[in-house]
Amino acid sequence: MNHFELFNLPAAFQLDAAELQQRYRKLQQTMHPDRFANGSERDKLLAVQRTAQLNDAYQTLRSPLSRAEYLLELRGIDLAHEQTTLQDPEFLMAQMEWRERIEEVDDWESLDAAYKDLQEQMRDLQAELEGFLAEDANDNAAITVRKLKFMHKLHHELERIEEQME
Amino acid sequence: MAYSEKVIDHYENPRNVGAFDKNDPSIATGMVGAPACGDVMKLQLKINDDGIIEDAKFKTYGCGSAIASSSLVTEWVKGKSIDEASQLKNTQIAEELALPPVKIHCSILAEDAIKAAIADYKTKHAK
Repeated sequence: MNHFELFNLPAAFQLDAAELQQRYRKLQQTMHPDRFANGSERDKLLAVQRTAQLNDAYQTLRSPLSRAEYLLELRGIDLAHEQTTLQDPEFLMAQMEWRERIEEVDDWESLDAAYKDLQEQMRDLQAELEGFLAEDANDNAAITVRKLKFMHKLHHELERIEEQME
Repeated sequence: MAYSEKVIDHYENPRNVGAFDKNDPSIATGMVGAPACGDVMKLQLKINDDGIIEDAKFKTYGCGSAIASSSLVTEWVKGKSIDEASQLKNTQIAEELALPPVKIHCSILAEDAIKAAIADYKTKHAK
């Protein structure tokens, strides 16, 4: 059973986050290991395993990036373990510029502005990704997922700076 | 994770950090990125008319191993012909720096940066 089937949802990128959370909570209740406190050792072990699988599935589907990666994996493209490099000069030049800009972030104002611009670019890429996945343009979707991973890295960098500023 | 002494040396004293003018015809620029970790690397080679790499510079945003890998290749390619440089393998970089398996992608990044730079040079001089 794949992660989408577990929640009885169609294997698609578009997904209602509130609906997913609701189904997750319901399943969590029915599977909770405490319900099997009086059951056999085997039942208890099974409940623990199912809960772990459920949590894993929920975390994967909840974030758009990992959901897209998972969907591509179901379609036969495994991005999680690939070692290939990205060679798109224009995109990488923009990444370099982003890194330089992040290095110069030194107050809340420049941090907020960087977050805002970054989130806007991530939204654009996500919209592009949604289109590619809907049309089954999986190779293009994979390229966009790779780009989004770079954007997530930048987001982590900003979060790190934010922590240092607090 | 424990870094090897060589990685720490290159990380603390990176060789040849900087940039050349990418519009200069003798300059080859290679840009590569690793989606798995978001590292980006820019490697530039200064190549003379005989096809010998006279100088190299890099700028890398990434972990210690990525910085060490790019620093090391700038040292290695100097004085080599572009054909010799294009034969450099990531395994040689990984071995020299004693990179653990999870950091092999950093050496792949450095190898691909050399290849991308040489490809850029060939495109520039194809006319």
